[in-house]
Amino acid sequence: MKNIAVELKGVGKDYPHFRLQDVNLKLETGTVMGFIGANGAGKSTTLRILMGLVHQDRGEVTVFGSRMPQQQALAKRDIGYVSEDLRLYGTATLGWHMSYIRSIYPGWDSAYAAHLCRHFDLNPAQKIKGLSTGQRVKASLLLAFARRPRLLVLDEPTTGLDPVARHEVLEALMEAMRDESRTILFSSHNTHDVEQISDQITFIDRGRVIESDDKETFLDRWRRFRLEVPPGVCLPVLPGTVATSGSARLAVVTTSRYDDSLAAAYTQAGVSVKSVDSMTLEEIFVANVHSKREEVAA
Amino acid sequence: MLNDFVISQTDGRSLYLQIMEQIKQKIAVGDWEQGQELPSIRQLAIELMVSVITVKRAYFELEREGVILTQQGKASTVAASAELGRRICEQELRHHLADAVRLGIKLGLTPEQLVSELMRAALVMPAEEVEIEQ
Repeated sequence: MKNIAVELKGVGKDYPHFRLQDVNLKLETGTVMGFIGANGAGKSTTLRILMGLVHQDRGEVTVFGSRMPQQQALAKRDIGYVSEDLRLYGTATLGWHMSYIRSIYPGWDSAYAAHLCRHFDLNPAQKIKGLSTGQRVKASLLLAFARRPRLLVLDEPTTGLDPVARHEVLEALMEAMRDESRTILFSSHNTHDVEQISDQITFIDRGRVIESDDKETFLDRWRRFRLEVPPGVCLPVLPGTVATSGSARLAVVTTSRYDDSLAAAYTQAGVSVKSVDSMTLEEIFVANVHSKREEVAA
Repeated sequence: MLNDFVISQTDGRSLYLQIMEQIKQKIAVGDWEQGQELPSIRQLAIELMVSVITVKRAYFELEREGVILTQQGKASTVAASAELGRRICEQELRHHLADAVRLGIKLGLTPEQLVSELMRAALVMPAEEVEIEQ
């Protein structure tokens, strides 16, 4: 049986101007899930609910079997959470924060903390207020990582980082996954980062999860066809068609249910297949969001 | 041992295909020998900074192609027959070509005519129909 680290069932939350609706997610132990959505899509709200920081109006949330928010004290020992709104004391040094966290969490790994300091190019003697944005993000990650929690919940860990710092953070994330019992859930609007290191991918838009699948399946299912439609031939609408664009003679069809039979079906209908292109996660995300928004509007 | 892998984001091909190709190259040039253990899926994923599921996919496809062997609970190894199978195919190809040339000479065909015959044969046989030996 697969070990489930995190599970959300029918989770919802109502705000005056925003509704999170029927969020269902399942995250296996030992995997990395990338949580992709535009700004304001509901990523942070979902992660806060998962942490017990926001209480859901509907639905069930369990983290390592503990119900959230009721049993959050128990679950939180195993979770490392990093987000933008996490405050560090400006007048204290990074080293002070490190010993503070060490005094609370028995699992603190001093050798690993020292390693991360070097890896992230951080100086423990430096005061937080003297750190750049990127250094602050890295300091927060260090404080969460060095506790060696079983679950890392990271809200936009790479946003606002320069390319070198981004690389360092992704490297540290992958390194943390050396331990097979560790699980990572991270949100981002950078599909590049997500595409590279995630096993599972979840798209969220306007408060709804629009798709969640393992990455390889995701990338396999989506394709773009360039088709030439001879005069008098009607372009068939095949199952899985998400979008159709182009002219009457040269059509571009995006599908979310690609397999080899699709090209054959077009050929049979008298349409000539010019190319079948794979898509990047970003292209898939944008196509997906557009089609789902149209569905809702219709 | 793994730092010579190059994963490109702008390559246009799936990451798993890039990994497969580079593993095959390593085996072809003898960097990785028959029976040698491959790094674990997780280890390679971390080294290459790609997801575990991507490397898993690459290993799965390599296994299907008979390039590597995976036994439950053990490290994957380079299949003994990976290079051998290819060499056998190449030998067979040369053998058949020699036969074809012999027949061509019998019929009085020029080398150019033989080449065009071969081209025609290659074009009428779609690649899907060829059973690739594992």
